[in-house]
Amino acid sequence: MRKLLIGVGNPTRGDDAAGIEVARRVRRVEACQEASGSYQLMDRWDGADEVILVDAARSGAPAGTIHRFEAHDEPLPGGVLATSTHSVGVIETIEMARRLGRLPERVVVYGIEVADLSPGVGLSDQVEAAVNELVAEIDHA
Amino acid sequence: MYLKLRGEEVLDLKFKIFEPPRFYEAFLRGRRFSEAPDITARICGICPIAYQTSACNAMESAAGVELTGGLRALRRLIYCGEWIESHSLHVFFLHAPDFLGYDSALAMANDFPEQVQMGLKLKKIGNQIMTLIGGREIHPINIRVGGFFRVPTKTELESLVPDLEWALEAAMATTKWISDLPFPDFERDYEFVALQHPDEYAIHEGRIVSNRGLDIGVDEWDDHFEETHVAWSNALHARRKNGGAYHLGPMARYSLNSEQLTPAAKEIARVAGLGPTCLNPFRSIIVRAVEIAFACEEALRLIDGYVRPEAPSIEVEPRDAIGHGASEAPRGTLYHQYQIDSGGLIIDAHIVPPTSQNQLSIEDDLRAYVVGRTQLTDDQLQWQLEQAIRCYDPCISCATHFLDLTVDRE
Repeated sequence: MRKLLIGVGNPTRGDDAAGIEVARRVRRVEACQEASGSYQLMDRWDGADEVILVDAARSGAPAGTIHRFEAHDEPLPGGVLATSTHSVGVIETIEMARRLGRLPERVVVYGIEVADLSPGVGLSDQVEAAVNELVAEIDHA
Repeated sequence: MYLKLRGEEVLDLKFKIFEPPRFYEAFLRGRRFSEAPDITARICGICPIAYQTSACNAMESAAGVELTGGLRALRRLIYCGEWIESHSLHVFFLHAPDFLGYDSALAMANDFPEQVQMGLKLKKIGNQIMTLIGGREIHPINIRVGGFFRVPTKTELESLVPDLEWALEAAMATTKWISDLPFPDFERDYEFVALQHPDEYAIHEGRIVSNRGLDIGVDEWDDHFEETHVAWSNALHARRKNGGAYHLGPMARYSLNSEQLTPAAKEIARVAGLGPTCLNPFRSIIVRAVEIAFACEEALRLIDGYVRPEAPSIEVEPRDAIGHGASEAPRGTLYHQYQIDSGGLIIDAHIVPPTSQNQLSIEDDLRAYVVGRTQLTDDQLQWQLEQAIRCYDPCISCATHFLDLTVDRE
């Protein structure tokens, strides 16, 4: 069984890098990074039985909150993940894959609530802590 | 968009682009001539190769050099990749849903999963060409004035052949499928402007020609075209100096150069019912599909004839000069002009993208298209006008529902 973690985000927009940082830090799961949640995610996860997607979230919850959704059975709620102005996002890609029969058997989506998306490198304290917490959880699962 | 109607009559129509200026031309000043391809690539994430190529052409023309042999073939080949990638995105994900009655590709995927899969795979193959030659698909990093930093081996390029052979078949099937869709009955008498080259269907270089007798070198652009500000839009409006609107893009290229298409592309254009010209902007989706087939066939031809250059680039010595460069972005002719000094610093830059050149033509289309449709509700009218704008594949078309229409009915 192949399990793959994909971290989605922009490494130069502060906390938007949350997913990228999780992908960099996990040790016990095969991981990769993607700059956008666009349709090429499907090419990335082709052949995987289980995929874990980690993206930045902007639902209004306190910074550092970790949201968790299982997307293989039903659509994700809208309005949680941070969206990009010029590309398709993780949610639309998952729904497209569901229609095309290209969704892995198990899809778990984590959204990490952001504090600051200003241009620049580095996570806020709350998001840094959430990233470490999620990495520990995934590595010890 | 603002539309003022009196009964059937269009009293006023203003297509307002509110996205603010990005000041690329200003911040190019003072940078080295060699930086222009990488800086201007950032103007567009869908067609960076167009920006890099037009910038390279301009700098090379200022220095009095030009690419030949394998370097020229690679410049054309990576551009084929961009046409495949960009046209596939537009045909399958932005335009086809309009004719099938869906408001997005996601909605269309329920009923047409095979076509959506095909579109995704075609787009990916275009991206593969860009990644192999350019280092990555978005804003490639391997292109430089004078050529490349590294050139691929013939074996590396040949790895693309099986996918390209599939893509050619897929593009031909797509053209046939698309040509059977229902299109609005709408034609206009355009002045088509595109590059033309004596030996090939122009992509990455050529003279600027039109169907009304224009035939000029790229360095004469300023003598025949001008850009003007209008109060209602942040996008500049380009026009012919002695006239008005002109039309760039697939229909213009096809109408001016279709005799030079590769054999399979020419044949599928015939099967799809395209004549020597195409004046219905909605049918531009068929021309785009034909151009995908052409780009696949041309890429296969270029790979077959490829001989790896001994050096990845030629020497480009800057001199005090003005350089002009143009190439055929998927959306139409993209013109760059740079003044550089003898030390190689950019004194002035002027970039004219296809979307701004098509602004007037878009407005003229909308004005004509509204006639006979004034009885529609504002919502229906908005959807139909969005479709008319999407024919141009302008950058703004990425947003499916981007038009904020105000109709003032007297």
